[in-house]
Amino acid sequence: MSDTIEVDGKQYAVDEEGYLANLNEWVEGIAGVMAKQDNLELTEEHWDIIRFLREYYEEYQIAPAVRVLTKAVGKKLGKEKGNSKYLYSLFPYGPAKQACRFAGLPKPTGCV
Amino acid sequence: MAKATFVVPELTQYTEVPAVTSGAMAHSLPFVAKPEFQDALGFPGELVDDWQAKAIDKMGDLLGKYRSLRVYMDSCVKCGACTDKCHYFLGTSDPKNMPVGRQDLMRKVYRRYFTLAGRFFPKLVGAEDFTKEVLDDWYSYFHQCSQCRRCSVFCPYGIDTAEISMAAREIMDSIGVGQKYCNEIIAKVYKIGNNLGLPGPALADTLEGLEEDVFDDTGVKVRFPIDQEGAEILLVTPSADFFAEPHVDGLIGYGKVFHEAGISWTLSSHASEAANFGMFIGSYENMRRVSQRIREAAIKLKVKRIIFGECGHAWRVAYSFLNTLAGPWDFLDPRYPVPQHICEFTHDLIQRGKLTFDKSENDDKVLTYHDSCNVARASRMGDVPGGQFDIPRDIIRAVCNHFYDMDEDTIRDRTFCCGGGGGLLTDDLMELRVKGAKPRLDALNNVIQEKGVTHMAAICAICKTQFSKVLPYYGMEMDQIISLHQLVGDAIVLTPGPDDDAEDDDLDDEDDLNDADPNEE
Repeated sequence: MSDTIEVDGKQYAVDEEGYLANLNEWVEGIAGVMAKQDNLELTEEHWDIIRFLREYYEEYQIAPAVRVLTKAVGKKLGKEKGNSKYLYSLFPYGPAKQACRFAGLPKPTGCV
Repeated sequence: MAKATFVVPELTQYTEVPAVTSGAMAHSLPFVAKPEFQDALGFPGELVDDWQAKAIDKMGDLLGKYRSLRVYMDSCVKCGACTDKCHYFLGTSDPKNMPVGRQDLMRKVYRRYFTLAGRFFPKLVGAEDFTKEVLDDWYSYFHQCSQCRRCSVFCPYGIDTAEISMAAREIMDSIGVGQKYCNEIIAKVYKIGNNLGLPGPALADTLEGLEEDVFDDTGVKVRFPIDQEGAEILLVTPSADFFAEPHVDGLIGYGKVFHEAGISWTLSSHASEAANFGMFIGSYENMRRVSQRIREAAIKLKVKRIIFGECGHAWRVAYSFLNTLAGPWDFLDPRYPVPQHICEFTHDLIQRGKLTFDKSENDDKVLTYHDSCNVARASRMGDVPGGQFDIPRDIIRAVCNHFYDMDEDTIRDRTFCCGGGGGLLTDDLMELRVKGAKPRLDALNNVIQEKGVTHMAAICAICKTQFSKVLPYYGMEMDQIISLHQLVGDAIVLTPGPDDDAEDDDLDDEDDLNDADPNEE
């Protein structure tokens, strides 16, 4: 993983795990470029999650707990989507880690 | 699941001892800690100039402080009993992952500088200078030990490789070579209070959500209080319990048990972490600083008892060291052990007939149980030997109709590590984690095939996360690993409280909440 990624002609620093180094530099294009690194094409379903992560982070300075996220998704998109299976179908590396990276959030650390 | 960039081993009926492949895992090494995290822990930011002299000094210091370390360095007779006992050796075939091979990385340096023969005739006694190459080997292979202590069970001298690997990490930290995963996390505990970095308001929001969920599921108001002064019990649990699956289902189970016990309890935003990674890096000082937060919270909240949630190494620190690290605990109720494990608490209530279960709630599952290393080999529960093995199993049998143990060579004190313990639960070590899980998963696969086991319960946050990540590599489902207290929580018959029907501002009953259980088939 290189130490910067290029988005719309601009270089952004990332850490050794590919997370954005300066969180306030995030622009939407970053998510798309990071998704491409992971061979994913972002759809509106992905963006629903990414936007929720960013809103939650704005308020609490941490990514939402998985249950908080699944509940919010269930409320918005219907109960059948309010579970981890759905989130993993969108983000195969895991919603907490992969979706956070696309959303420009720090990587959740600890026993998770 | 992420695609593997390495060859995932095939599961076999018996875990075979592989032919050795020298250097098979020499490329495995975790990210190095940045200077800011080193600083926060009191270590130099990067490799110091005179690192060799400093490292040898530090080793001398540790040899003086921990007589056990010197005994371990001196007493190995190369009998070979340990060679096929490490899950990382069995999964990777790298001879430096044989416990004796790992120990020898330190032993050769010890002999060179701390024994007469090694000082004068190094070649004759396998002594070697502490060169940069040796240091690099240390960094790689002392981060391929999960400090699970299985080898020590089989060593006729009781040599504890975990203690050697802790000492090696402490020596490396002292010269500025730290591991990112552990040290970043410890720094976060100092700054925010837990490994995840969950601030108080996020915790409160998450817990409020759990109260809603449980009420929607059951119609009973089960509380998940935080920072409630004057509560009887302080629950200290790994922050993964708030954040991740299947951990959170365990937390819900604890809450239901406390509800049925009719005892007031609270979490603490200051001590919102049971884990203590200070142990993984062998740093007494950092272990003490992390533990002190529990003391501070207990005093501030004026609790009478302390109970630990499902976390393996936390229970080792709590059971074995808490009194010296953060005692004396003379302000707590002397009628109860300090601290207690949530399993002891639940088990006691079951023994006294205080809990009612509908075991059929778990009839969709056939269970087995994974003994987590730090609970199994470094602690105890209850007041009889082997309580740490029997109490969790007794609980499972009390709440489930279908339970089968895995092969006896792979459970209780001979349990195989999940492959992610000891500060190795990080994505940069995924190859090691996947390969190291093989012996455990061989045994799990056998009971799946032979007994129709569908789920494995555990009482350790690391084990739960590790399995949910590595099971898919072996063709299993990530949700086949569950929290022991999820089983309790699902089967427990809740007693309605007086205010369950009342309107309550805290609970937004109109929410269309998600109650999908990730473990439902």
